[in-house]
Amino acid sequence: MTPPIVSPTGAAPEIIVQADDIRKSFGQIEVLKGVSLQARNHDVISILGASGSGKSTFLRCLNFLETPSSGRVTVHGQEIVVRNGRPQDPRQVERLRTRLGMVFQQFNLWSHRTVLENVMEGPVLVKRLPRAEARDKAEALLLRVGLGERMQMYPAQLSGGQQQRVAIARALAMEPDAILFDEPTSALDPELVGEVLKVMQSLAEEGRTMIVVTHEMAFAREVSTRVVFLHEGRVAEQGPPEQMFTDPQSDAFRRFIAKIR
Amino acid sequence: MNPIAILLDNGPRLWDGALMTLQLTGLGALIAAAVSPWLALWRAYGHPLAQAPLRLYISFIRGTPILAQLFLVYYGAGQFRAELTSLGLWGFFRDPFNCALLVFAANSTAYQTEILRGGIQGVPRGEIEAARAIGMGRALLLRRVIFPHAYRIAWPALGNEAILLMKASALASVVTVFELMGRTRQVFSRSFDFSVYLWAALIYLAITAAFVVIWRIAERRLSRHLAARAKGAHP
Repeated sequence: MTPPIVSPTGAAPEIIVQADDIRKSFGQIEVLKGVSLQARNHDVISILGASGSGKSTFLRCLNFLETPSSGRVTVHGQEIVVRNGRPQDPRQVERLRTRLGMVFQQFNLWSHRTVLENVMEGPVLVKRLPRAEARDKAEALLLRVGLGERMQMYPAQLSGGQQQRVAIARALAMEPDAILFDEPTSALDPELVGEVLKVMQSLAEEGRTMIVVTHEMAFAREVSTRVVFLHEGRVAEQGPPEQMFTDPQSDAFRRFIAKIR
Repeated sequence: MNPIAILLDNGPRLWDGALMTLQLTGLGALIAAAVSPWLALWRAYGHPLAQAPLRLYISFIRGTPILAQLFLVYYGAGQFRAELTSLGLWGFFRDPFNCALLVFAANSTAYQTEILRGGIQGVPRGEIEAARAIGMGRALLLRRVIFPHAYRIAWPALGNEAILLMKASALASVVTVFELMGRTRQVFSRSFDFSVYLWAALIYLAITAAFVVIWRIAERRLSRHLAARAKGAHP
């Protein structure tokens, strides 16, 4: 369990990501109908919802892999301005992305590069860190996620769980302010889910800011500091996990957890 | 007929011809290799309307015989000599080698563009997203993710294209370029010994065989990450 972290002054931690009234349509279909979310430093937010509820789309709107149709995304107080359906300043979006790591359902490691190269790629090419420094850091991160032995291998030689841990190391290497996880365990064989969740839990324990779209109820309940439940493109309910799971307020969430059990 | 004598008498001629064949093919393929990646991006990502002129060019090249294109440029240039002179281009078009080079480069550009477009469209989408999500801009994305994958995918087809171009370069002999086929015809017309054609065929075969070996080695290097999977180190 993560103890609630309060800054010495007693003020709430700073806001890292803020999304206001995000809407997103694909053609005629409105997937997001005004979703807002605020992630403060050290928050671990689980976004739950049935498939088609828009949770992945919402997450992808936060780093502009999808451009919201309307609404406002602010990262560290800096608003990303959208004009004519695309971000006005692509450079600003690139800078934003260096501060928000992302971990994908399908891992999306660069298959033509070794594990170590995958982790070094962003720091060396995007942040222009000296190679030696990036290598030291990458090695340390790979050791941390338990893949010290496999740095010279290619992603295709690893199991899904190992690939996902590399992907987490790759995100961490950028030293992001927050990490977005898009169903990080959904593509894994059941016996490999645990090793990934363990890494994620350790990140939560060290106070990383995380926004996690997931189907792992145990993770949502035990690790996250807040749960947001999306239903048909809207936030149907949100709050501290204990309270939500023991005393759900909305019908939609009550039905959702009933089905899961 | 005396194959040995004909080779001994005309070896240097055929060697010269072979060198010119390599020059013509190599330069043509390289020029095309320099231009086609950009055209391929245009084909893969450009607006359909903006692609129209490119598609027209490609279907013209693919839909007409190289020989016709060669005549078009070679004799066409002669027709417009005055205009070309005033543009300062006559010096270029006067040399049949240059005419042939232009045609082969234009030809290979069209084919390489289509081959690479296929490669670009075959790049795993997720890997592109991962690159964008880490903050890569367009240039980095192309250099580090899209082109490495696209070339890996396109590699065998690009090799094929180079071989076809090499064989098509024999057509240049028709517009008086003394590449291998031109030299061979010259030797034949003096000796009437058809076995010189046999030697020419063998030289073409040798060039192709050497090229295939080199290309395979390069392909293996490009595919290390796939070979690794085949070895089955999956734990």
